[in-house]
Amino acid sequence: MTQQILLFLALAVVAIASALGMLLNRHAVYAALFLVINFGTVAVFYLLLGAPFIAMAQVTVYAGAIMVLFLFVIMLLGTEVIKNKPRQTWQRPVAFVLGAILVIEAGYLLLVQVGALPPGGQIEPAFGGPVMVGDLLFSKYLLPFEVTSVLLLVAMVGAIVLTRRKA
Amino acid sequence: MLPITYYLGLSAILFTIGALGVLVRRNAIIIFMSVELMLNAANLVFVAYARYLNSMNGQIIVFFIMAVAAAEVAVGLALIVAIFHTKHSIDVDEISNLKG
Repeated sequence: MTQQILLFLALAVVAIASALGMLLNRHAVYAALFLVINFGTVAVFYLLLGAPFIAMAQVTVYAGAIMVLFLFVIMLLGTEVIKNKPRQTWQRPVAFVLGAILVIEAGYLLLVQVGALPPGGQIEPAFGGPVMVGDLLFSKYLLPFEVTSVLLLVAMVGAIVLTRRKA
Repeated sequence: MLPITYYLGLSAILFTIGALGVLVRRNAIIIFMSVELMLNAANLVFVAYARYLNSMNGQIIVFFIMAVAAAEVAVGLALIVAIFHTKHSIDVDEISNLKG
């Protein structure tokens, strides 16, 4: 139990530190790299939570495809650093106050939990493996699966149309 | 077996950091990355509940969230590139043509 808590805390520190690194960095490239670390840490959390397929999908899709796309666009648009003061100077302090309220509220809700928390018993060894995921995707969630393929096609067409120059 | 509260707390903190990123930063790409961070925090809650309730439905939802996030990133980045071609700036404070 202590070993689990230590492992969780170590990973949580890395996840939160990389998220803060992304938030506070002036350079977009460093922020993107911090976010890659965060995605990798979340993939390790998925492994701890018995979701190996989702963990590999996270590394492949999020850290491997989406973040590479971000880095392409950052390189394309120039890694400029936005310096001048924002137009509404009251916005930043209000944002931090609201963020603090959100975190305090979430912590309060977690600590005064009145409903029953799930027990978390044993899970079978094949839990979260590709067999179980595929089984559900092609039986119970077939319609969302097919709709997702149409969605990806639409996104592809949209991305191409949006970046086409007037010939 | 850790209580699920640990995972929920971590997800709440990551979500708040993402929300702060959307509110505080002015670089459109960093705002977009903060939105992805928020989506990840939600994914973590889904996977945690899937494990603690011994049900695969949470993981399937995460699968679809990842697919939708990938599509959204493609279109969103295309939008940012198109805006940059017109305004030559990715500062969201500059995108104020519709301001009354």
